[in-house]
Amino acid sequence: MGSRLSITLLALAAFTTAAQAQDKDKTGDIVARGEYLARAGDCTACHTAPEGRLFAGGRAMPTPFGTLYTSNITPDPETGIGKWSADDFYKTMHNGRFPDGGLIYPAMPFASYTKVTRADSDAIFAYLRSIPPVSQKNRPHELRFPYDNRQLILGWRTLFFSEGEFKPDPKKSAEWNRGAYLVEGLGHCGMCHSPINALGGTSQSDAFKGGLIPMQNWYAPSLTSNREAGLGDWSIKDITDLLQTGVSARGVVYGPMAEVVHNSLQYLDDADTKAMAVYLKGISEPSPPPPASSALPTTESSLLISLGKTVYDKNCASCHGTQGEGKPPHWPPLANNQSIEMQSAVNPIRMVLNGGYPPGTKGNPMPYGMPPFAGLLSDNEVAAVVSYIRTAWGNRGTPVSAREANELRSAPLN
Amino acid sequence: MLWSGINRPSLLEGDELFARTTALAIAILAAIDAAAAQTANQPPDTMAARVEACTPCHGNKGEGTSDVYFPRLAGKPAGYLYNQLLAFRSGRRKYPPMNYLLEFLPDPYLEAMAEYFASEHPPLPQPAPSEVSKDVLAQGEQLATSGDAGRNIPACVSCHGPGLTGMQPGIPGLLGLRAPYISAQLGAWRYGTRTARSPDCMQLVAGHLTEADVTAVAAWLATRPAPANPAPVPKGTYALPFGCGSQPN
Ligand code: HEC
Ligand code: HEC
Ligand code: HEC
Ligand code: HEC
Ligand code: HEC
Repeated sequence: MGSRLSITLLALAAFTTAAQAQDKDKTGDIVARGEYLARAGDCTACHTAPEGRLFAGGRAMPTPFGTLYTSNITPDPETGIGKWSADDFYKTMHNGRFPDGGLIYPAMPFASYTKVTRADSDAIFAYLRSIPPVSQKNRPHELRFPYDNRQLILGWRTLFFSEGEFKPDPKKSAEWNRGAYLVEGLGHCGMCHSPINALGGTSQSDAFKGGLIPMQNWYAPSLTSNREAGLGDWSIKDITDLLQTGVSARGVVYGPMAEVVHNSLQYLDDADTKAMAVYLKGISEPSPPPPASSALPTTESSLLISLGKTVYDKNCASCHGTQGEGKPPHWPPLANNQSIEMQSAVNPIRMVLNGGYPPGTKGNPMPYGMPPFAGLLSDNEVAAVVSYIRTAWGNRGTPVSAREANELRSAPLN
Repeated sequence: MLWSGINRPSLLEGDELFARTTALAIAILAAIDAAAAQTANQPPDTMAARVEACTPCHGNKGEGTSDVYFPRLAGKPAGYLYNQLLAFRSGRRKYPPMNYLLEFLPDPYLEAMAEYFASEHPPLPQPAPSEVSKDVLAQGEQLATSGDAGRNIPACVSCHGPGLTGMQPGIPGLLGLRAPYISAQLGAWRYGTRTARSPDCMQLVAGHLTEADVTAVAAWLATRPAPANPAPVPKGTYALPFGCGSQPN
């Protein structure tokens, strides 16, 4: 299947990113290529602990079922993957199994990595073999009964896992296909950007439709609906700016998405970034009309909104502008900013409570920040200002209640 | 280049001069306008604007705020501040709102933030009147200035400096902080929720302190008036009683 992909891609135009990638493969250093691909897969986000050695694992991943600890994937023969073969490694990436056939928890995003080609898997493996081995035993997972039984993974796999490398769509350009390969495969964007059901799975038909990330309480917006993070009406430049630098004329990244840009996307080359942008713009679909009215009674919401304007003018306008125009890209515009208007108000409420910095990137090494307002504003004021920015200046969001603001005060910060 | 037209008006005459200078003036005005518009549409390119996320808690110049648990940053050694920012970023020192803000900021930027607050010098606050008894203050003074050899407690001044103004690059002054903050930090070291680079000398010190010692020394430190020169002394001015990972020699 891998070779079929290569042939299809090579058959396409000469000046494509796919062809460039192939060239790199032929001439280039397989280790350097593997490093690049490991960045694209954001392996470090999970497999390197804070202040820990590169890829030595041990990072805690809280899940609704207990805590998982990531594995040591350095080439240490006793505690890492030093005794693995390239076949063993491919089996993990492609099929979610240990060399002995044991089942791997889907917190390791093999459901996306299954799309990765054999050649790319081999390059990542070559790179992992080249890094310094670290002797550090894997910490046992702390999962509650019955989730500590790996046989349960079989059920999950039946429902949510379909094995198979990426198959390019011959009707689309090579660039689109390269973008699709990165987004659906190594980028594992669907792991956050798809609704997660009670079983901790994302289903193919709901891919990229958005969802609340369990445990973290951030909403990862739909990448297909233009009412959320669908990028249908963004320019390619704004999309590539966002992915590469973390800021853009249309909006900024924050929370878990800041991590993705910081550890992974900022390292992708211009051609791959553009390919992802072309694909992301391409998958946006016409959206249903906005919900007509809010859940709040109108008198309550109009009071909220007038309080909101007062709070806004005093605390926010100095950066975001009296008309929500901001000073993009550093102080993002709030007028016509999809990530504020979405049905779910979780993200704008959390922004106001927690503030934030976009990630420091090569393209934006000294980002501007926003102060947290949790200690400065009451629940009522938070609800008011969020209601205001969601509905002012032609924004088409709905008001939020003080209770929603209050609930998010206890959301975990890391 | 641009100005040469103005410097040599005598080469031009009459209407031509007028037309040329007018055109030039318009061009300059347009250029200034464009530049102004551009800056108007961008936040100021300064550190002050970049750390606006910090100032509601730490004060515009890092002078601190009315919240007694929010520390002053201004004038502390840059190396010390940088070490703290690294520790907050990795979660080794815990305060979730700050851990969150710093999580994805690169080293050179944290260094720039540290330099920025280190170079600000707002006046030290008036010491607050203390609520503890004279005896307790005396015990605090004794610990800070002489330590307690019998209990293996070195004098605080032996590291934090005779004037308690700290030493470059890694040892902070202990002035301008309020008692609750100082107690909280000593407590954090005793319980292991704050650690510094190994060997963590402050942990050794705090480990020998009792609750009563902490109350006393925190209270006394908070009553100290501002010295004539609050700046940390240069690196190597005096030798430490034992090694500290935060203070490379
Ligand atoms: C979202 C978090 C996450 C990301 C991203 C991730 N992993 Fe993992 N990985 C895990 C977890 C958790 C486990 C342990 C699973 C288990 O014990 O069943 C794991 C296990 C593994 C293993 C099995 C090692 C062993 O002996 O247990 C390998 C190999 C591996 N990952 C490689 C990678 C590579 C290569 C990448 C990047 C392309 C990557 N992972 C990205 C979470 C992640
Ligand atoms: C760890 C979870 C996670 C992963 C993995 C992830 N995202 Fe996100 N993403 C989020 C969250 C949460 C948000 C909402 C916060 C924001 O707008 O920055 C978001 C927002 C976005 C936005 C909208 C930004 C805006 O300003 O409207 C885009 C576009 C996006 N993600 C693209 C991607 C792509 C492409 C990938 C894969 C390369 C990806 N994401 C992977 C969590 C994730
Ligand atoms: C000092 C300047 C400053 C102030 C004051 C400020 N913000 Fe922000 N705001 C920012 C910056 C910088 C970001 C990007 C933060 C990030 O990416 O983590 C941002 C991001 C946001 C976002 C997310 C935008 C997006 O693209 O998704 C919202 C919503 C927001 N601010 C609302 C507010 C509100 C409401 C207030 C007042 C209560 C406020 N801000 C005050 C600078 C500021
Ligand atoms: C929500 C309030 C808040 C915000 C915002 C905040 N801080 Fe802090 N900061 C604190 C508190 C509280 C502490 C003490 C934490 C502890 O108990 O250890 C602290 C400690 C520090 C310290 C260590 C001081 C010392 O003497 O040890 C530094 C340095 C610092 N902050 C810098 C910053 C910078 C830079 C920013 C902006 C990027 C920032 N802070 C934003 C509240 C805040
Ligand atoms: C052996 C040297 C040494 C001695 C003795 C010492 N300290 Fe420290 N102290 C340090 C160092 C080094 C740091 C900075 C640690 C770091 O990098 O986090 C520090 C930091 C502190 C801080 C944190 C300041 C802040 O702004 O958060 C406090 C409070 C403190 N010391 C109090 C004391 C007290 C009280 C004593 C006496 C009982 C004392 N120290 C004795 C070396 C010492």
